[in-house]
Amino acid sequence: MKLTINGDVKEIKDGIVLSELLVIENVEMPEMVSVQLNDEFLKQGEYQTITLKENDEINFLYFMGGGA
Amino acid sequence: MITMPQSVYDEIVAHALRDNPIEACGYLAGINGEVKYAIPMKNTDASNEHFSFDPQEQFDAFKKTQKEGLRLISVYHSHPETPARPSEEDIRLAYDPNVSYIIVSLAAETPDMKSFIIKNKTVEKEEINII
Repeated sequence: MKLTINGDVKEIKDGIVLSELLVIENVEMPEMVSVQLNDEFLKQGEYQTITLKENDEINFLYFMGGGA
Repeated sequence: MITMPQSVYDEIVAHALRDNPIEACGYLAGINGEVKYAIPMKNTDASNEHFSFDPQEQFDAFKKTQKEGLRLISVYHSHPETPARPSEEDIRLAYDPNVSYIIVSLAAETPDMKSFIIKNKTVEKEEINII
């Protein structure tokens, strides 16, 4: 199926859940990313339960912070 | 190497001075290592020792640059009282491997800006080419 991931259209196997997609996208620490599915924020606890569908748009951004 | 217009350099420094003593922070939009413009962000920590971005504001910046065919290629923040080098916290929290990390220090009389690539907790200095 086709998914749009951070603006890029990619062919991804059918039936995967979001947490699997983050692994495919080399996200080593999924707890440090914020995810929007079709412009809606997801909660961390949903990553393993939401099955992605054809033409879904997924954007993920890393937590950004630091010190001095 | 990252290439940055003088106007963007000046804007980052002005942002750091304006928010001082709070840490200023923001994204730089660009493509292929060339900065086009700065996107000042709110420091949700409102601290002189820490900064964090607001996720909603992050996505707003991301989507704006996507529509323009640009990317978020750098993150900048200020060090009001310490040198322009990544702190332990900066390194620990540098999760995004796709951006460079720019620090502007206000510790000395003249602001000092440096850029770094931080991957797997390893820091590498990156040259800033001002045009």
